[in-house]
Amino acid sequence: MRPTRALALIAAAIALAACEKKQAPQPPAAAAAPAVGPAAGAPIVIGHVGSLTGDDATFGLSTEKGISLAIEDANARGGVKGHLLKLVSYDDKGKSEEAAVVTTRLAVDDKASIILGEVASSRSLAMASKADDFGVPMITPASTNPAVTRDGQKVRPYVFRVCFLDTFQGLVMAKFARETLKLSRVAILRDVGSAYSVGLADEFLARFRALGGTVVDDQSFKAGDQDFKAQLTAIRGKKPDGVFVPGYYTQVALIVRQARELGLRQPFMGGDGWDSEKLFEIGGRALDGNYYSNHYTPEDPKPAVQTFVRRFKEKYGSVPDTMAALGFDAANVAVDAMARAGDLSGSALRDAIAATKDYPGVTGGISIDAGHDAVKAAVVLKIEGGAPRLAATFAPEAAVAVPPSPASPAK
Amino acid sequence: MSPADPAPPPSRARAVLGGFVPFAVALALLGALQPVLPPTATIVLLNAGVNVILAVSLNVVNGFTGQFSLGHAGFMAVGAYASARVTLAFADVQLSFLPGVLSDQVVFALALVVAMAAAGLAGFLVGAPSLRLRGDYLAIVTLGFGEIIRSIIENVGWLGGALGLSGLPRLTNLTWVGLGVVATSLMARRLAASTQGRALFAIREDEIAAEAMGVDTTGYKIRAFAISAAYAGLAGALSVHLIQLATPSSFTFIRSIEVVVIVVLGGLGSITGSILTALGLTVGLELLRDVQQYRMVVYALLLVVLMLARPQGIFGSRELWDLWRSRPPPPFPTGGGGKGEGAP
Amino acid sequence: MTEFLQHLVNGLSLGTIYALIALGYTMVYGVLKLINFAHGDVYMAGAFAGYYVAGALGAGERPTLPKALAVTLGAMVICGALGFVIERAAYRPLRERPRLTALITAIGVSFLLEYGFQLEPVRGLPVRFPPGPSPTYFPPLLSLGEPIELLGVSIPWIDVIGFGVAVALMVALQLVVFRTRFGTAMRAVSFDARTAGLMGIPVDRVIAWTFVLGSALAAAAAIISASRLPRIDPLFGLMPGLKAFVAAVLGGIGSVPGAMVGGLVLGLTEEYVAGYTASSWRDAIAFAVLILVLLLRPQGLLGRAHVEKV
Repeated sequence: MRPTRALALIAAAIALAACEKKQAPQPPAAAAAPAVGPAAGAPIVIGHVGSLTGDDATFGLSTEKGISLAIEDANARGGVKGHLLKLVSYDDKGKSEEAAVVTTRLAVDDKASIILGEVASSRSLAMASKADDFGVPMITPASTNPAVTRDGQKVRPYVFRVCFLDTFQGLVMAKFARETLKLSRVAILRDVGSAYSVGLADEFLARFRALGGTVVDDQSFKAGDQDFKAQLTAIRGKKPDGVFVPGYYTQVALIVRQARELGLRQPFMGGDGWDSEKLFEIGGRALDGNYYSNHYTPEDPKPAVQTFVRRFKEKYGSVPDTMAALGFDAANVAVDAMARAGDLSGSALRDAIAATKDYPGVTGGISIDAGHDAVKAAVVLKIEGGAPRLAATFAPEAAVAVPPSPASPAK
Repeated sequence: MSPADPAPPPSRARAVLGGFVPFAVALALLGALQPVLPPTATIVLLNAGVNVILAVSLNVVNGFTGQFSLGHAGFMAVGAYASARVTLAFADVQLSFLPGVLSDQVVFALALVVAMAAAGLAGFLVGAPSLRLRGDYLAIVTLGFGEIIRSIIENVGWLGGALGLSGLPRLTNLTWVGLGVVATSLMARRLAASTQGRALFAIREDEIAAEAMGVDTTGYKIRAFAISAAYAGLAGALSVHLIQLATPSSFTFIRSIEVVVIVVLGGLGSITGSILTALGLTVGLELLRDVQQYRMVVYALLLVVLMLARPQGIFGSRELWDLWRSRPPPPFPTGGGGKGEGAP
Repeated sequence: MTEFLQHLVNGLSLGTIYALIALGYTMVYGVLKLINFAHGDVYMAGAFAGYYVAGALGAGERPTLPKALAVTLGAMVICGALGFVIERAAYRPLRERPRLTALITAIGVSFLLEYGFQLEPVRGLPVRFPPGPSPTYFPPLLSLGEPIELLGVSIPWIDVIGFGVAVALMVALQLVVFRTRFGTAMRAVSFDARTAGLMGIPVDRVIAWTFVLGSALAAAAAIISASRLPRIDPLFGLMPGLKAFVAAVLGGIGSVPGAMVGGLVLGLTEEYVAGYTASSWRDAIAFAVLILVLLLRPQGLLGRAHVEKV
């Protein structure tokens, strides 16, 4: 056995010595020139990937509703470039593997011009590499993790988003907590299984500390949990001025209720994951006095918002949540880019989406920056009497708080 | 292979060479298939291949040995993350004596070996204490270990936390998955025909009797468990380099359950049963995609109906080729007592 | 100290829910030796059954005790019927087969309930059924008022009720199992079904009734848990079902007091782990405790050691 071992060692040594820095990484092989648009009379396909079943189905279905409303609108206006639009929506069961499969299927078999989706960042990441491979532009409505539009340091050429990033939202809430609410001791309760929650919590934590605040406790939970009293009791012992809970409404409603039961009366704060009619239905009175950041408020008097909210209610019988509004905007940005693009090839659409400037979306003016992320304003809402009211608006650049003007909705 | 033969050198060499024949055939077939298959079919087939590796390897524990493990996804995760760390570490490194493409493949081969070693080790570490337990207790303990592994991944920053490791190079292709499938199937087949395999069957049929006959039941069980875990690690490594992302949500206990379903549906102990069921279920679910949300309801109904129609699994414990033979199927262990009137 | 006591209360309240579900698990397991994977989903169905019955009775708007009892009873009857159907259709035909086979049908039934309830509501029904994947608000069945304040510890009334119900059910079940003819038959079937059949015990009927009983218990647990939260959704039973199974094994599966003890131990472990160590390790440490207990005491805390013979 000796000689074999010696040989193996030598081979290993050679292999190690042979390691060198790779030359320039080869650019992703842009797919062979894709067919330019559908035949005359055939509809343009817009793809959607979402979790229509599984743990996150409530988010996926909501997004789908927003998207189909936008496509209905576009078709009522006569479609794009003489073609009607057709939505092809696939379920990924909340799994990254399936998201990759259906993105391939949309790009290749359904010849989708643009693909919309996913809500969760990890599934958007699985889609993103496929979108780049096949040269089909992809717009994620709600994945706020910075990694989605990047591949290492590079910007992914075909991947865009219409929501703001965790970095911005974290900054907004940190500023709001520190400067508007004048809190100095804050506890964090994060969903350790969700990239969204972890990213937002990290960002908030860094910003809040930079502003001179103290984070007195950092607790976590998991998406399937129904009982949060252990963490909340621990937080209560630390006597914070406020609690930051970046999570989804499915848990937040329970967290806030249980906190009030334990006698925690401090304000709770969160991000856009809070926004849903269900939050108020389940959380009830316990939610009063809490704050969350969001992309828009359904009470915004802007006609675009009011029309959207009214039409959504007519069609689906409920107030649209953030996912629906972002899905609606993502689809509209896609339609707008199609109308502006020279043709319907992937590269032309990609350039058109990248050139989106001040698109008047429901969730605010959308401009796509060099990093393929949306530059948008954020609002902070205060919950009073079981409904959100505008508390502050943050401009995109420096995240400077703009106090609500007296003319803002007082309904 | 006759154990009585002391295996003289020439026949040994032939045996070694013979072992490569299936790989060579598979390589040639896949090489021919790879360029012509459309992308969607390819990715579905790749996922199916990963499921085949998972199912066949779990069959070694659940089918051959009769031990009920619910932790396969955990070992898959260990392999996935181990390989991801290797390919990420070598992402910018090139072996100077090889062209770039080939250098990546060498790195991937290394990553797969590391994945199998890491998962095998994890299998040993989990198996050594827990295989003293039986039946449902073992199921719970393996499930617990699977969840612990996932918790560790979520909590360790080096492994990417909840978002996972993204930006992995896309190295998984039909050739690698095909080779993995062939390797796993050969492993299972040869294992079944070996002394080790006979010992495993003995444990499955009657553990106490096997022990009384001098079979080191715990030792054999742990070895089977570690081998099975190693191949689960291989599947995990192939799977993450396919979607270029390793994320903890891919490795929940639901994933383990899916694999158990394939194994039982195909027939406990039947390697071809596992292979065909894994292929059939993955492709079938893809074809069902057009019925949208109803897909999973159909799948659930199918599970119940299939199990009622063929309680022994589609293939029982037989192999595909046994179906053409007239010999009676091998004995199958029956469950607990009870007077049944519904048995077909 | 206040914090320690508060954790104690929280842990008991969480453990009560696990214990309530585990009671049903352990009943079915005791007789059939089958891991009824669908138990958590029967529990979910029980919560929705309660929701629909409450809607029909208007119990949400004006909560009264008789209405609350009627809702609970209604949910228990509906779930009992569901359990009966599941046993008849999916488990009974496979009773002579290896247990893994019935486990797969159990998983099938579990998926069927989970994904079935996630479908969009059928148009034209008087109620929204199936409920769809969004969380649904479960109306309060009793107006309970503010939590009790004791030594700075807050104790919600629903937890007191839950604990009382759990103890009462445990005692009742123990009496059923050890003091009634039905219980004797159950124990006989559990010990050796074939011989029990030869002795004239109607094995099928005993098993069917055990299932009905177990499923009705799941519904009772679901009503308490849903009132406590108050949120239900189609995956409402997934994690609690799993944890309850763990609790049942921990306490010694098949043992009624074991389910209670296992549930409470699991709840308290989770609570103290999450409260005093890093809460992100909650599940991992809870499982580690479970594994340790099982390795040291493979029959569970209250299970009887069982010598296997050839």
